[in-house]
Amino acid sequence: MIHFAKWKIILIVAVLIAGVAYAAPNLISRDLAERLPDWLPHQQVNLGLDLQGGSHLLLEVEVESVIREQLAMVVDSVRSELRGADIGYTGLGIEGNAVTVTLRDPTTADQVRGLLEDVAGDMDLSIENGVVRIAMTEQAVEDRARRAVEQSIEIVRRRIDETGTREPTIQRQGNDRILVQLPGVKDPERVKELIGKTAKMTFRLVDSSVSPEAASIPPTLERLPSVDDEPGLPRHYVVQKRVMVSGENLVDAQPTFQDGQPVVSFRFDSIGANRFGDATRENVGRLFAIVLDGEVISAPVIREPILGGSGVISGNFTVQSAQDLALLLRAGALPAPLTVLEERTVGAGLGADSIRAGTMASMVGLVLIVATLLVAYGLFGLFANIALIFNGILLLAALSLLQATLTLPGIAGIVLTLGMAVDSNVLVFERIREEIRNGRSPVTAIDTGYREAMSSIVDANLTTLISTVLLYQFGSGPVRGFAVTLGIGIITTLFTAIMVTRLIAVLWLRKARPKTVPI
Amino acid sequence: MFRGIQFIRPDTRINFMRPRRTFILLSLIMMLGSIGLVAFKGLNFGIDFEGGILMEVRTPGTADLTEMRDALADLGLGEVALQEFGSPDDVLIRIQRQEGDEAAQVRAIAQVKEALGEGYEYRRTEFVGPTVGAELVRDAITAIVLAIIGIMIYIWFRFEWQFAVNAIIALFHDVITTVGLFALLGLEFNLTSVAAVLTVAGYSINDTVVVYDRVREELRRYKTMPLPDLINLAINKTLSRTIMTGGSVLLVLIVLYVFGGDVLGGFSLALIWGVLIGTYSTVFVAAPMLIYFNLRPSRSAKESTARPAADPAGSGD
Repeated sequence: MIHFAKWKIILIVAVLIAGVAYAAPNLISRDLAERLPDWLPHQQVNLGLDLQGGSHLLLEVEVESVIREQLAMVVDSVRSELRGADIGYTGLGIEGNAVTVTLRDPTTADQVRGLLEDVAGDMDLSIENGVVRIAMTEQAVEDRARRAVEQSIEIVRRRIDETGTREPTIQRQGNDRILVQLPGVKDPERVKELIGKTAKMTFRLVDSSVSPEAASIPPTLERLPSVDDEPGLPRHYVVQKRVMVSGENLVDAQPTFQDGQPVVSFRFDSIGANRFGDATRENVGRLFAIVLDGEVISAPVIREPILGGSGVISGNFTVQSAQDLALLLRAGALPAPLTVLEERTVGAGLGADSIRAGTMASMVGLVLIVATLLVAYGLFGLFANIALIFNGILLLAALSLLQATLTLPGIAGIVLTLGMAVDSNVLVFERIREEIRNGRSPVTAIDTGYREAMSSIVDANLTTLISTVLLYQFGSGPVRGFAVTLGIGIITTLFTAIMVTRLIAVLWLRKARPKTVPI
Repeated sequence: MFRGIQFIRPDTRINFMRPRRTFILLSLIMMLGSIGLVAFKGLNFGIDFEGGILMEVRTPGTADLTEMRDALADLGLGEVALQEFGSPDDVLIRIQRQEGDEAAQVRAIAQVKEALGEGYEYRRTEFVGPTVGAELVRDAITAIVLAIIGIMIYIWFRFEWQFAVNAIIALFHDVITTVGLFALLGLEFNLTSVAAVLTVAGYSINDTVVVYDRVREELRRYKTMPLPDLINLAINKTLSRTIMTGGSVLLVLIVLYVFGGDVLGGFSLALIWGVLIGTYSTVFVAAPMLIYFNLRPSRSAKESTARPAADPAGSGD
């Protein structure tokens, strides 16, 4: 045992030096660490949202609505195609993931097939006994859902970037979820509002010939509520379902003022500008509605053709809401509404308090453990303490290197590791004492102590590791942070308790050649 | 050279096995009591599992709970609980899950902020919708069940079945009474509590395994010593370690409880209990239960064929 293989010594020392190097950046400020050259370790421990403050939002993309919307569009197209060709039908509607319609005269089937081929596109078109069925395949549903989620992530990212949040995390989770983490956000409500708006904008003509109070409205029109219900303005508008220009053709939108009122100015791309120009030229004197997410923001009169491709949206805006609308229009519309499933927001104040509390607990814990080991095991306690310090350094280095997230429960994991680390040392030291009582020489006692205690140490730590791994697998957020530090802590503890203290003990044995062991 | 102080004299021989029936009975009562508490009093589930809203606010001066309660009562949000949290100007607001979908919860948060008005610092806002709540419950149960199964399999490989069975009995004992403590004290049971329960499970097994390792070693050394004596010997020989390790872990946990802030309070308390009960159960449940299992049938059979002169009963003296 006194012959510790040379390569082992080199390896252990190398690991310790690497540990110190990778832990070191945490001692300097973040800005300074970022300016370190690439060849130097420069990563710092990632603080969780519960420590640095910020918002954690779990969003769900309502992919169902994408499918429903698509099917609704097919219904409209089928209606206009069949009407255009004067083909009688009944029961046009949506059934599951398909659009169905029954033809009054089944012999028109072939003609209908020709008409609807284009409408169906990549969907399955079948006609049986006069029943037309345009169905989305499983694959198509899945593709659209996937695309909707990908698009949503992109849009959410753009919107958040516009708010100027530093280092946001936006990731897909599971099939239809998006995890958004916003460190240091001051006003999570505003961000939530910005993310939550679909922001689908359309410009459509108002049909003044139909009263908003009418009992039935032709299928090509729809009744939409107005955003603000101020006296004097209509509560509802009847507008065409057909869209003149949609928000997709917007290239820019900015908040500005007109007659002292906050408004949003916008600019179309060339396609949008042409369409808008044509539509306004043909409908001078009529009203057109600016519709956002199914609500009419305003419905101005077309006084003259608008040919330049730019305009101004006025409405009942505040400075903030004009800014927000401009931002939403610039970032683009979400393909489907988002629902907030879970929110956890921690203010910067509480985060700072938690860091203070965690640091305090770790320091006090460390001092108490160091004192206990010294009192209980003397010189060997000192060896164990040196190993314990390295344990902490390695743990910090591993956290920085793996870019794992340190949370408040994670700090609890570190403190607990301090306590558990004592166990491995105690197992060895108690064994050494026993061997000495049995009259063994120092070298044999220490050798046997380490060898005999090994199986208990490994057993004890492996069982803890099992529950830690499961906690990591099934835990979320801060609890995961606990599993990370406890798990890494177990590994660094095994290394330091078995390797480092033994190395120190061996070096001491070689040098001091003691007759008795001070333990 | 300085040497350490031995807190436990090496010749300590406490007879832990003598009162074993009393302690096993006590453990049985604690387990049944815990199950009863959880069944009838129930656990105080946090929003992680129940769904709902939790807000920690700091008031400008000392919090006037009555005034805040009145402000929130008119909102019609159902059950709203306010409680001082850590200091007189920190208030924890818990609001039951709102009827309807996720959007209803988001609205409720906005309503609360509006009703309280300006001047409050929102230190923490958490809301868990019904969908996620149900998933978190499922994940928590899966984690606990898999952890217990994983530990069982490991113990099964490492020890003879008698040890494995009793280690698991002690594990269940510790987990059940820890959950019972949550019910007894009305501590909030949330995701962090699950972490606490799993950590207790790990510690419980850890402690049991060390003593069992020693029992097994002594079994090889003293082939004919009566089991109660042999188990006593093993416990006494590891007693110093038990006290040192348990004591150190308790020490850091108490530090965590005192300095770790209110968020970690319940968590540290559960772990403190877990270390105490985990140590207790090793000595007074896991170890004595071994006596009721036939620990050396195969060995005594081998001995009697190898040494025909030996006592045919194998464990006669």
